[in-house]
Amino acid sequence: MLLFFEQLLNGLQLGVMLFLMSAGLTLVFGIMRVINLAHGSLYMVGAYLAATVSLHSGSFLLGLLAALLASALVGLLMELMVLRRLYQRDHLDQVLATFGLILFFNEGVRMIWGRQPLFMDVPQWLSGTVELIPGAPYPSYRLAIILVGVLVALFLYLLFNHTRLGMRIRAGASNREMIAALGINIKLLNTLVFALGALLAGLAGAMAGPILAVESGMGESILILTFVVIVIGGVGSIRGALVAALLVGTVETLGGYLLPLLLRLFLPLASADGAGASLASMSVYILMAAVLVWRPRGLFPAHD
Amino acid sequence: MPGSCVSRVSLVAACCALLLALLPWLADAFGDPYLVTLFSRILIYALAAVSLDLIIGYGGMVSLGHAAFVGSGAYVVAILAFHLQEGAPLFGGFLDIQANDQALLVWPLAVVISALLAALIGAISLRTRGMQFIMITLAFAQMLYYLFVSLEGYGGDDGISLWSRSRLPGLDLADNVNFYYVCLASLLLFLWLMRRLVYSRFGRVVRGTRENQPRMESLGFPVYRYQLAAFTIAGAGAGLAGVLLANQNEFVSPGLLHWTHSGELIVMVLLGGMGTLLGPVFGAAALLLMEELLSAYTEHWMFFLGPFLILVVLFAKRGIYGWICGGGDGHG
Repeated sequence: MLLFFEQLLNGLQLGVMLFLMSAGLTLVFGIMRVINLAHGSLYMVGAYLAATVSLHSGSFLLGLLAALLASALVGLLMELMVLRRLYQRDHLDQVLATFGLILFFNEGVRMIWGRQPLFMDVPQWLSGTVELIPGAPYPSYRLAIILVGVLVALFLYLLFNHTRLGMRIRAGASNREMIAALGINIKLLNTLVFALGALLAGLAGAMAGPILAVESGMGESILILTFVVIVIGGVGSIRGALVAALLVGTVETLGGYLLPLLLRLFLPLASADGAGASLASMSVYILMAAVLVWRPRGLFPAHD
Repeated sequence: MPGSCVSRVSLVAACCALLLALLPWLADAFGDPYLVTLFSRILIYALAAVSLDLIIGYGGMVSLGHAAFVGSGAYVVAILAFHLQEGAPLFGGFLDIQANDQALLVWPLAVVISALLAALIGAISLRTRGMQFIMITLAFAQMLYYLFVSLEGYGGDDGISLWSRSRLPGLDLADNVNFYYVCLASLLLFLWLMRRLVYSRFGRVVRGTRENQPRMESLGFPVYRYQLAAFTIAGAGAGLAGVLLANQNEFVSPGLLHWTHSGELIVMVLLGGMGTLLGPVFGAAALLLMEELLSAYTEHWMFFLGPFLILVVLFAKRGIYGWICGGGDGHG
C-alpha cells in the first residue's frame, strides 16, 4: 500500500513534467496551427544548460535561471528564423522542417558536450525526504517538482483568464485574422507565446536534470508522451493538457507497477513480469486509442 | 502536364534503370563490391518511400509512423528465423506453426502481417485528421517500438541476429549480387503495382479525397474505406521493404521502428518529390548517398543535414522530381 502511494506520487510528478511540456506545445498548436517536433529540443537545451551551469557554479538555482533564459532565447530564435515561415504551410512541411531542427540540435549538443550523458545532483536543500503519510518517506525534490507544476498551472490560469494578454492569446486562438484586423500585433503575440512555451519546456528539462541522465535525444522520449497528452486532452486546450498529463503520468507509472502484479495472479512469475512490462509500456497508447474511439477530438476540444 | 516534363523524366528514369541493371558489373569494374550492398539498401528504402508516398503524396495523410510496418515485416522474418535457429517452438507450442526460413512462405506472411497491422492502426488513426493524425500514427509506432524493446526473449534492445538470409529455391540469396537483383525486382514490381493503382478509379478517389474530402463524401464515396485501403496497401509495401532489410542486414533491432526512421522516410518522399511515383526513389537515393558522402568527411553529418532539410522545405518544395521537370508541373 505504501509502495502504491509512492508510485502514485511518482505518477503525479511525471504528470507535472508532461503538463509543463504540453501546455506550451498545445498553445503553439492551438494558436499558430503549427506542429513543432523540436519542442523536445528546447527541453534538452534546458537540461544541458542547467546541468552545466549548476555544475560549474555549484548553485542549482543559477542553473535553473540559465536554463530558463537559454531555452526562451533558443525558442525565440527558432520562431524568428524557421517556425515563422511555416505558419501558412501544410503540416507535412512543418514536420519535415522541425525534424531538421531536431537533427541539428541533437548533433549540436553532441558536438559541444560529447556523447557521454551528464549527471546532475539534486540541490543540497532538497536532498532530504518528507513523510507525507507516516512510514513512507518521499524525496522532497520530487515533491518540489509537483509544487512547481501546481504553481505553473495557477499562473497559466491567471494569465489566460484574468489578463489582457491572455485574452488576446485566446482571441488569437479562435480567430487570428479577426484579431489581426483589430490592430493587435499577431506576429509579436505568436513570438511571445512561442517563447513562453519554450520557457516552460526549459523549466521541465532543468527539473528533469537531477532525475534523468542528461543526454542527446532525451527530448524525443518525452516529446512522444507529450503528443499523447495533447491528443488525449484535445489540441489547443490547456485544461485538457492538465487533465491528460496527470492521467498519462499516472497510467504510465502505475501500469509498470500494477500490471505485473495483476498478471502474476494468472501466469507464472517470469512470464507475468515479461508480459506485464510489455503491456505497461503500451498502456498509455492503448489509453489514447480508447479515448480516441470514444472522442476523436480529445477530452476537451478547444475549437468548434 | 507539359509533354517535355514526361519525356525528360522518362529519359532520366531510363538512364537510372540502365545504371541499376548494370550496377553489379560497374561495381566489379570499379573494384568496389560495397556499391552492390549500398545500392541494395537504396532500393529497399526506395520501396518503403514509394509505399509511404501513396498515403502522404497521393492520399494527403501525413503518417509519421511508417517505420512501424517496415519493422514489423523485418521482425516476422527475424522471429521465424530465430525459432528455427534456437529450435524453440513458436507461441510456446500452443499453435501448430513451424518456424521457417523459406522465402516463398515467410515473405508473403510478413507482408500480410504488416498489412493487417496497418489496417488495425489505420482504422483507429483515420478517425482523426491533420495534426492529430500525425501524432497518433507517431504514437502507435512508438508503442510498437517499446513493445519490441520490452520483448527480452527476442533480444530486447539488442535485437536479433540472423544466421543466414531466407532461402529461395533456385537462387542463392547469400550472394550479394543475387540479392541485389531480388531487391531491384521487388521495387520494379511495386512501382508497376503503384502505377496501376494510382491511375485506377481507386487512385482517383484517393487523390480526390486529398484535394477535397467533403466533396468526395457528398459524391457518395465511402472515403474512410478508401483511405483505410490505401493505408493498408502502404503498410504491405513497407512490410516488404522490412523483409528485404532484415535479409540485407541479417539483423533486426527495435531501432527499425523508431520514429526518426519514419522521419527519414518522409524526408526521402519530400526530397524526391511527393505525389510522384519516381520521386521517392530519387529521394531515397539522394538521402542515402548524401549520408554516405557526408559521413566520410565528418561524424557530425546530421548537424549539416538538419539545416539542409529546412532549406529544402523553405525553398525547394517540389523536390528532385520537380527539379528534373524544370518549370513544368510537379505531378506526373
